[in-house]
Amino acid sequence: MIPAAFDYHAPTSLDEALSLLAAHGDEAKVLAGGQSLIPMMRFRLAEPGVLVDLNHIEGMAGVTEEDGHLWIGALTRHAEVERSDLVRKRYPLLHEAASVIADPIVRNRGTVAGSLVHADPAGDWGAVMLACGAELEVHGPDGQRMVPIDELFVTTFMTSLSPGDIVTGIKLPIAGKRSGGAYEKLERKVGDFATVAVAARLELDDDGVCSAAGIGLTAVGATNLRAQDAEKALIGKKPDEAAIDAASRAAAEAASPTADNRGSVEYKRDMVRVLSARALRRAAAHAGGEG
Amino acid sequence: MNTSVSIAVNGTPHDSRIEPRLLLVHYLRDVLGLTGTHVGCETSLCGSCTVLLDGRAVKACTVLAAQADGAEVTTIEGLADGDELHPLQEAFWEEHGLQCGFCTPGMIMAAHQLLEDHPDPSEAEIRHGLEGNLCRCTGYQNIVRAVRRAADAMGAASS
Repeated sequence: MIPAAFDYHAPTSLDEALSLLAAHGDEAKVLAGGQSLIPMMRFRLAEPGVLVDLNHIEGMAGVTEEDGHLWIGALTRHAEVERSDLVRKRYPLLHEAASVIADPIVRNRGTVAGSLVHADPAGDWGAVMLACGAELEVHGPDGQRMVPIDELFVTTFMTSLSPGDIVTGIKLPIAGKRSGGAYEKLERKVGDFATVAVAARLELDDDGVCSAAGIGLTAVGATNLRAQDAEKALIGKKPDEAAIDAASRAAAEAASPTADNRGSVEYKRDMVRVLSARALRRAAAHAGGEG
Repeated sequence: MNTSVSIAVNGTPHDSRIEPRLLLVHYLRDVLGLTGTHVGCETSLCGSCTVLLDGRAVKACTVLAAQADGAEVTTIEGLADGDELHPLQEAFWEEHGLQCGFCTPGMIMAAHQLLEDHPDPSEAEIRHGLEGNLCRCTGYQNIVRAVRRAADAMGAASS
């Protein structure tokens, strides 16, 4: 239960961190909150030769609305999102997801961006960011670029990012006048990974018609999944029971679960339907529509 | 390649040369001899190794000692003022918030942060606040009562 030996670096600037990654190639791993990486190293599921700890780089944490979007710095802890008044008031989907990740002590340490790039399909943030249409700001050897969340996940524990890349923040569309969201998570016991979870986000126009919808799924595929057909079933409609029912069934179709000790394929797929309906009803109510 | 760390533990500065892979919990127990912080599951589940790192509760089995360089760490040994127990320790004693005592240091450190965030917590807030800490003896009822009692004592002391 002791990690394999490694060299440890704690750079104080992003440039220094990027140079370290460039020098050590895929031998190096980035350490942010460490709440997944350190346990994996203890189990020897990960044995990086070099750790580059980002925690001493100033200015990489915080949740703010700026220039027409919501910005979550890469070192923002789950607990900071959970406690943010701005998030609680305007981004209920983010607040709810942050409040059910692991347990309060893990949430003090684990980071939003770290969880995303860990790319565990049972991670909660992936589904949330897919539902929100987020983008990741990434710095690499060739400078800065934006990576849409739809292009991030490749397969379990694998993203499209390169070993020399560092995520510096996450950019989300700002909440509209009539927007709502909800996160529904089914877990066997407190602190467990999700058996199934669903992230839902709705934007309504002045007539109460869905102008945008986002639905992300947790723990029912090789990556977090976006239920695009379910989103399409809502856009252009009022989020009434018929529309929510159709969207929930489409979300269940989008799921690709495997059987394990948390449940059978059939059970998990049906839970996607049930949780999607619940999340959409609450998102609609929050946006001031039906539901 | 060993690394140098300077960590203030319970107010006392310590300078050490350590292996980067040394976990904070082992630094506290094996290097400093502060065995009040317990090693339970070693997988971030049980919370018995909970300490405060710069004032926030963390599981010391999932933080490298090297990451605590320049930080202040508070362990269960740092709560009492001489022979005078901290109100949380007093309350766990009075309410019998423990049987074997293994989870107690972690429970108290987690409860410490809980009461900082929610000085007047509801029962539900106490239960949610302690979700990261497992107790295999008491069934939690007395632990919840103890935290509530400590909240009353600390509230009375500060008002």
